[in-house]
Parts: sequence; C-alpha cells; structure tokens
Amino acid sequence: MTELQIHLEAFLQALAAGVLVGGIYGLMCVGLAMIFGIMRVINFAQGDFMMLGMYVTYFLFVLVGAHVAAGSPMGAYLSILLMVPVMFAVGYLVHLGLISRVTGRRGAALEGEGHYAQLILTLGIALILQNGGMMLFGPQLMSLRTPLSSSAWEIGPLWGDFVSVFVNKGRGIAALISLAAIAALGVLVNRSRLGKSLRASADNPVAASYMGIDVNRAYRIAFALGTCITALAGGLLATNYPFHPFVGLEFVIIMYAGVVLGGIGSITGAFWGGMAIGLVQQLSALVLPTQLQNAAIFVFFLLIVTLRPQGLFGRSAERT
Amino acid sequence: MKRLPTSLVLLVAAAAYLAASLLVDNAYHQLIFTLVLVWASFGLAWNMLSGYTGLVSFGHAAFFGLGAYACVLGQIHLGLSPWAMIPLAGAIGAVAGLLVGLPTFRLRGHYFALAMLAYPLALLYVFEWLGLQEVTFPMQREHPVRYMQFADPRMYTVVAMAMLLVFVQLTRYVERTRFGMALLAIKQNEAAAEAAGIDTLRWKLRAIAASGAIAGMTGAFYAVVLLVVTPVSVFGMLVSAQALTVAMFGGVGAVWGPIIGAAILVPLGEILHAELGAAYPGIQGVILGIAIVAVILAAPEGVYWKARDWLRARREARGGAAAAPLAAAPSAAADAALAQRAGALAAGGATARPAASGEIILDVQSVSRSFGGLKAVQDVSFQVRKGMILGIIGPNGAGKTTLFNLLNGFLKPDAGKVLLHGADMAGKKPHVLCEAGVGRTFQIMRPFMRLTVAQNVKVGAYVKARSEEEAEALAADAIARVGLADSAGKVAAVLTTRELRLMELARAVAGQPELLLLDETLAGLGHGEVDDVIAAIRGLSAAGITIVIIEHTMQAMVRLVDEFLVLDHGAVLAAGEPQAITRDRRVVEAYLGKKWSAKHA
Repeated sequence: MTELQIHLEAFLQALAAGVLVGGIYGLMCVGLAMIFGIMRVINFAQGDFMMLGMYVTYFLFVLVGAHVAAGSPMGAYLSILLMVPVMFAVGYLVHLGLISRVTGRRGAALEGEGHYAQLILTLGIALILQNGGMMLFGPQLMSLRTPLSSSAWEIGPLWGDFVSVFVNKGRGIAALISLAAIAALGVLVNRSRLGKSLRASADNPVAASYMGIDVNRAYRIAFALGTCITALAGGLLATNYPFHPFVGLEFVIIMYAGVVLGGIGSITGAFWGGMAIGLVQQLSALVLPTQLQNAAIFVFFLLIVTLRPQGLFGRSAERT
Repeated sequence: MKRLPTSLVLLVAAAAYLAASLLVDNAYHQLIFTLVLVWASFGLAWNMLSGYTGLVSFGHAAFFGLGAYACVLGQIHLGLSPWAMIPLAGAIGAVAGLLVGLPTFRLRGHYFALAMLAYPLALLYVFEWLGLQEVTFPMQREHPVRYMQFADPRMYTVVAMAMLLVFVQLTRYVERTRFGMALLAIKQNEAAAEAAGIDTLRWKLRAIAASGAIAGMTGAFYAVVLLVVTPVSVFGMLVSAQALTVAMFGGVGAVWGPIIGAAILVPLGEILHAELGAAYPGIQGVILGIAIVAVILAAPEGVYWKARDWLRARREARGGAAAAPLAAAPSAAADAALAQRAGALAAGGATARPAASGEIILDVQSVSRSFGGLKAVQDVSFQVRKGMILGIIGPNGAGKTTLFNLLNGFLKPDAGKVLLHGADMAGKKPHVLCEAGVGRTFQIMRPFMRLTVAQNVKVGAYVKARSEEEAEALAADAIARVGLADSAGKVAAVLTTRELRLMELARAVAGQPELLLLDETLAGLGHGEVDDVIAAIRGLSAAGITIVIIEHTMQAMVRLVDEFLVLDHGAVLAAGEPQAITRDRRVVEAYLGKKWSAKHA
C-alpha cells in the first residue's frame, strides 16, 4: 500500500463514518427542529427525552427478545418501532401538563415572551429525567447488542487490491432508517392537512388561529412528534453506542448546533446541519487529536453562525 | 413609613448573614454559606448582560472558567496570590467578554443564546487537550493568609460576601444610570434604541465586559474555595446553567433576583445531595427538578417579580385611601399641563410658523436600494429646506418606509448620496444620524412597554444630555411640547394609540433633532385624534424643527405640509406644492387608477 493509498483509505473511512453518524445526528436535529423551529421553544430536555427513548427501547428489546424474536436482528428494530408511539405519548403529555403553561398565548404575556420560563422549566424537566433515570436504571453503561452491530459490509477494494471502506451494518441500517423517517416526516409536513396546520402555526400563530387552526393542538403535536423523532434517533444510536442516564447532555448541544447551522425553522436544513456536524466531527479526527474533535465542532459552528447568521438554509427577515 | 436607604438594609442583611455563618461549625454547612454567595455573584454576572439586555447567554461558564484557571495557573507558574489573581481574573473576564461580544453581538435572539453555548464547550475540550484535567493549588504553609488559604473556612464566607456586596453595588449603579436605561431600551426594542441615539453595540460591549469581569472574579474565587480546578467543573454546561437557573428562578433583570435564587436553590440542592445523595443516588436531582418546575409554573417570571407584584397589589388594596393625597400632587401638575397643551393647540391653530428659509438641510441625491430583484427605492432625489414640512406620500408598497430607513441609517443605499448639511451620511448607523440631528418615529410603534412615558422619552434625551438631570429636563420639556404632560407617569403599556403616537413624537423630540422623520404618525387615529397630533406637529415646526412626514392618505396632509413628494413603485412620481399635486394627473392615476382619471379628466 502506498502512502497515498493509506491516506485515501483513511479519508474515505472517515467520510463514510461521518455520513453514517451524520444521518443519525440529522434525525435528532429534525426532531429538535420540530420543537424549536415550530414553537420557538428552547427545550433543554431534548437530549434527555432521547435518553428516555433509548431506555424504553432497551426494555422493549428485552421483552421482545424473550417472547417474539429471540436472537434475530429484527428484535432491536421491532422494539425501536414500538418505542416511537410511547415517546409520542410522553411528549404529548409533557406539553399538555407543563410546556403549554409557559408557551403560546400564556407565554406571550410573560417577560421575554415566556422564554425565560420555558428555559428554566425545561432545565427542571432535564434534571428530573437525568436523575430519575439514575434512580431507575442505575449509572452503568447499557447497550442494545444486535448481531449486526459487530459486522460490516466491505466496499472495495477500490484501488487495485487496496483501499476498502468498511461500513458497520448496524450503523448503515440506522442511517437508512433515518432517511426513511425523514422522508415520511417530509410527506407528512408538506402534503397532509396536519402538516399545513403545523406550518401555519409556525409561520404566524395569530393568523393561523384566525383561520380556524387550533394552534395549541398544533404545538402539542409538534412537540410530541419532535420528542418521538429524537427518541427514534436515540433508539437507532443505541444499537451501536453505549448509553447511560446522562447521555442526553452529550447530544443536546450537537442537536442545537445542527438546528442553528441548518437555519432555525427549516426541517430539511436541520437534517443537513446534523449531517454537517457528523462530517466535521469524523473528518476532523484525521488532522486533530481526538480531544479536540469536539472543540472542532464548536469552532465550526461559531464560524458558520457568525459568517451566515441565518444558517445554511434559513431566511433572514427583519423589518423596521 | 419612611423607607430606609437600600445600602443600609444591604449592610445589615450582610452582617446578619455573616453572623449566622459564624455560628455554624460544620465545615460542609460552612461551605454552603460560601457557595450561596458565589452562585449569587455568578447569577449577577449573568444578569448584568442577559437580564438587562435580554440577550440570553448560555455560555457564561467561559468567563467563569477562564477566571478559575487564571487563578490557579497564576499561582503555580507566576507565584501570584489569589488576592492579586482575582482582580486580574476580572480583567481577563472583561477582555474575554469583549472578544466574545464583538463577533457574537451580530446575532439576535435564539441564535445569540446558542452561539454563546459554543464558547465554554470549545474551551473545555481545549483545556483538556492542554493536559489541565485536574489542577490543584500548591499549599502555602508559610503564608497561608497571603495565599488565601484560611484555616478557618468562615473567612471564605467573609471574602465572598465582600465580593458580592461590590457586585450588588455595581449592579445597582448600572440600574440607576443611563447604562441601565440603554440596556433596558435594547432589551425592549433594539431598533428603537438605535434610532433614539443609543450606540447599541457599544453599550452591549460594556455590559458583556462588566458581566465577564464579575464572572471571571467569581470563577477565580470559586477555584480557591474548592482548591482543585477541572475543565468540567468550571467550563461545563451545568456551570452556565447554574447562572441561568439562579437568575431565572429568582427573577431576571433585577439585582435581587439572582440573590434570591441562589439563597433558595443552592442550600436546597446541597442539603438534598448530602442527606439523600448517598442512599438514593439521583433523588436529590429529581426533587430539585420538581421544585424548580413547580415554582416556575406558579411564578413564571421568577420569585422576586411575583413577590413584588403581589406586595404591590396588596398595598394598593389596603392603602387605597392613603394613596389619595399622593395622587393629588400630580393632578395639579396635570392641570398645568392641560393649560399648556391648550396653548400648544392654539399656537398650532394659528400656524405661527417661521417662514421656511432657503437653507438646504438634507439633500438626497439619486438614492437607490433593491432587495433581491425588487427595486424598493430607485433613483430618488429631493431636498429638504430648513423649517419646512415635507410630506412623502404614495400608495402602499411605494417605498416610503424603505426611503426613511435609508435616510436614518437602518439600511445602506446601493447607490446615491444622503447629504446632511453637505456631509454624506449614507450607510452611517442610526445612532450616529441621531447624534447628527436626525430623529425618527416608526410606522409600527416601538414603545418600551414596561417603562413610563417619562422614562421612554428620557431614553431619547440621552443622546444630547450629559447628566441624568439634564436628560430628565429635556424629556419633561419634550413631553410638554407634544401635550402629553398629564400622562408622563403612566406605563407605556396602558396608553391609547394617540398617546403612544405623541410619546414616540416626544421621544424623538427629546434628542433635540434638527430634522424629524415621521413614519405614518397619523395611522390608526380617529378624526379628533388626528387633529391633536397634527397640532403637536405644527407646534414642533413652529419651534423650528424641520419635518419630513410619510402618509398614504392625502387628506390630513394637505393641511399640514408645505410640499409633497409622491412616490410610486420606488421612484419619484411628482413633487411640488399641495394644490398642484392634488390635481396632478399621474398622481391621481397612481392612487385611483387610470379609469377614474379618464372619467374625471
């Protein structure tokens, strides 16, 4: 193998890893974008809802594994599928009981349009989820092992007998499911009546309510969808990433970085924002020491945000 | 009841707190006494920027952590004692604030908040990479006091209290002066603040420098108390969240908020941790989280504001009779104001305006501006002579407001010149134009809702006033000139549209403008109200202010203006005396369509 081939292989491997990780990050960001983009609520508990999704998947996996699909790789994916409606309900109820009290019309009457109250409320929810998770599940690392997690597809050799890229099957499938979920969400938001009411509520809640749209209900559904989509990303991540009750803290920042990069309010943008973060994280490993991999994300984020404040896909609109 | 001076109350409370802490001999409880003060100080640092400007920062750990590391590294490598390093950490925090603020203040709202998040996290990984995972203060057995290594932990509480008192006084100073007013104006409405002559970027930089300094000093002291510094303990997300939590829980934008928040949350968290943390790991966080959620649902604006509103309501309910004599004094002033207003109306009615001179104040030369493919303003030229009232009219979308934005600096023209007394002002910032004598009001009104009329107008006066007294005098004069003296004490949120329009007018007048740009000042007013506002505008003109006013209805304007400039599709359609303009065929077409004009030709 020549030196060029070694570098090329390392680059392609990092690129593949970036795309796969980026696919899952993208899905997480899309979940957050549903909440942040539509309701303009900064939800600090988003990472912790993802953590909850991981644990719910895990327990479903144990149940499913015992009764239905023992030993088959389908068990993990079946339990992820079952987890999604559970987390939709969780999101729906959290909005109904807590978030709706400081958002929408009730929030508008508060100082700073209720943003202060929303921030600290979601910080409180995050504390409860993290520490409650600690109490219920314990501090040990968990993982969702499927036979696919430890096998890979080989692409290549691409150059003579050398330069092969290995794609972990678990991650590959996770990235594919991410894409499918985003496509389904895209159809829902762009084509359906529900999607129209979501977009209208995001654009101008007052005008939407004059048009007979139940804006509060639209927000509730957006919150629930956002919660279960991020949880879906969490479930997919859990097949090849060990997790613990405080795992949300590691990802909530990546999610916000991705959403802001993509442009607040743009769902497609959020996906590409997440993808960009994944790529930067993996590709920076080629040139930087591992400790600085995450610093690179934040420096990249700051650069983009200062150079292009409206994000990659956002529109800038300011009126006097 | 006579109110005691707040500084005295503060000293007594501080003394009582210290006395209480002296009674405690358990070292852990002593630490809690110190930590309450540390997190209160950090909350005040956050409040200085985010509480007053409304720019929420998720990244105050950056300043805190830099201070902490500066303190410990200063002692290890330079042999400097924390007594020297804490002030130095303040300087480092201030410089870091400026470096962070310069690029980040270009962002607004959520973008600002989230971008701030990135700084401490990037620093966290950099400090880990530098191999500073765990840095400990070297013990100084020879001179413990010189290196702030007290044998008696109560001494730390005393130092922390001294620091907190300094920060409280600093915050109260900011609250009282134009510094705080400028920040509040930015929080409520940045564009209006800018148009009122406030150099928003400069004030925001001052705020973040002060904020960073307090955070840096607090971080340095925190490091001394804990003796060990790790990246996560000073740059971590939970550190930034701590500042946010104590301030928001206690109440944002008030000096007492963060103190109340810290006094409740810190002991609660620590005691839960000590009592339950070992037995049931996690339960302390759950209880703290539930407490936060419950309090925020009951008092979303924070404990301080909730308590203040509640006390005020109770006092009003109880002391309705006692308050009556107090109300009598302003009403005498109101009578005087009414008389004055009648005078202003009479003056306006008589149109005792000085004849317009030939001197050209504003010379607009071929100004253009497009947005993408839309040519909002194209090749517009006109002149404004001293003392005249120029009316700019045109149908909706004709480019009137865009033209104003070009004149007062919100937008930069793509081409052309805006000459103010011969000097080209195109592309200068609004506050610079305001200082140069161009005042402006807005089509969509931009009042500072939580401030009174007098305070609102005072914000506009700072651009010319050198002292607080002068600003108040200028504001009072401007309020009287528009005939709003009887409402001076009202909060802007309760004003009628007429009063709001007049208040905006007064705010622009308080900056002593030579040229006043009025953007649809008559919009949304009823018939009688239009007359009031027109009288006020005439009065201002009589006092020598040159006025350019935008409207899309001609009726009221015909009685007011000396000349019209008619815009259509961003270009000048016609210009001239009112009588000529109302008969101009092109103008009639633009307004009423070709058919109508043909029929009535």
